[in-house]
Amino acid sequence: MRLSMNLELQDVPGQLLLALQPFKDNKANIISVVHHRDRKTPRGMIPVRFVVEMDRSKIEPVKAKLKECGISVVRSGEDRLLESVSVVLVGHVLDSDLGDTVNRIDSTGYAEVMDLSLSMTGIDEPSSAYLKIRATGKAEIQKALSILRDVGKEKKLLVIEPIETEAV
Amino acid sequence: MRDVKVSLVGYGIVGHGVVDVLTRKKKVLRDMGLNLKLISVTDHTGTVLAEDGVDPAKIMSEKTLANVATSSMKGKEAITAIDSDLVVEVTPTNIVHGQPGLGHMEAALTSGKHVVTSNKGPLVVAYSNLKKMAEDNGVMLKFEATVGGTMPLISLVERTLVGNTIFGIRGIFNGTCNYILTRMTEEGIPYTHALSEAQDMGIAEADPSYDVEGVDTAGKVVILANSLFDMNVKYSDVDVTGITGITPEALALAKKRGYAIKLIGDVPALTVRPTLVPLASPIAVSGTLNSAAIYTDLSGTITVSGLGAGSIETASAILTDIASIYRTKRIDAIF
Repeated sequence: MRLSMNLELQDVPGQLLLALQPFKDNKANIISVVHHRDRKTPRGMIPVRFVVEMDRSKIEPVKAKLKECGISVVRSGEDRLLESVSVVLVGHVLDSDLGDTVNRIDSTGYAEVMDLSLSMTGIDEPSSAYLKIRATGKAEIQKALSILRDVGKEKKLLVIEPIETEAV
Repeated sequence: MRDVKVSLVGYGIVGHGVVDVLTRKKKVLRDMGLNLKLISVTDHTGTVLAEDGVDPAKIMSEKTLANVATSSMKGKEAITAIDSDLVVEVTPTNIVHGQPGLGHMEAALTSGKHVVTSNKGPLVVAYSNLKKMAEDNGVMLKFEATVGGTMPLISLVERTLVGNTIFGIRGIFNGTCNYILTRMTEEGIPYTHALSEAQDMGIAEADPSYDVEGVDTAGKVVILANSLFDMNVKYSDVDVTGITGITPEALALAKKRGYAIKLIGDVPALTVRPTLVPLASPIAVSGTLNSAAIYTDLSGTITVSGLGAGSIETASAILTDIASIYRTKRIDAIF
């Protein structure tokens, strides 16, 4: 899993190395480290943001070890939904059970509908909806779009997907 | 100076444009060392034949050749009988059986004449046959005008980007659809309203289904797939959705989030469907413009845009093709 962690280090030599050691020992893959020397806290500490990929079970041992070394963990949390995609639906979006359409995405566990706006002109007129879907990765986005395509076919909705900006 | 005898087959809007452009550009072509002589013009009513070149003044104001024809020869008969070096084929397109253009092109190629065309139908129906026929007879088949009108695409990929691996091409290949979607977005008017506006302006046909159902775009996708990607596919291989279901509300919702909805053709995916395109993307062009993004390995993404239709614009692409036939030097012929 991918995790972001905000730490605070003392402004003395060797602290960053000290902070990295527990991650190394627990086989975490460091994705990025941003060392904010310019944003010292009122207590004179230096904030550092880590993004790492590591086994869920190793989070607590890493935190404990950091604490032992005198490094404070200000925040740590899972970056679950990293990718997002916009989709527009046209047709009888509401009458074809919009709740069910959203649920088909939400129930996957790897993708969620995060934003939804609906535009309705008249009772029997086709309505239009904008959906923003977030998912845990690029592949999951594709899977979510594929689910939406199937739902579109089944409910006779026009599914308008974004253009691929890179060659596939 | 190289003399080239040209026969024009088809005398509709594009045919008129070809006569006009060949006349206007006579001097430019001569400066290039090319003396293009239009020795015949043929349509469904007959042929105007003139050994020293057809006088444009005599035919330009005629809608058809019915009143000015000097011979009753038509179609294939005229193509094989008239001693020309190159045939410009611009008859109306038919994407189902390709006729009459397909017969015309076969007759021209088998009698050893180069073919330059804006007619999609025959290429959609029988590209590989026509290509083989051209190779067997040692002549060229050029069709830049079939995709994106005057926007350089096929020659850009075949000549300028030669050596690049082309991963894909995505773009707007139908000016009528793009105009309708643009107007619906700008004015918030429904599809039927924008369509009748386009019809009034002569941008859409009385029967618009060919454009708005995505048929035309799909034809272009087939031509690109076969000619640039060696795919050997048919019209039925393309997954097509047109723009008739698009509502002004959908366009407004998309716009609010920074997207335009455009009818996008995709090769090699072989799809034609309304697609969200970021407003800042260079392919999100408005009005009747066409655009294409070409994804390459060495040059990254290259985007072109230009007028996709129109009499003079299409004739311009035809002129470029004609000139390129005579300017092409084979690598092994240089030495």
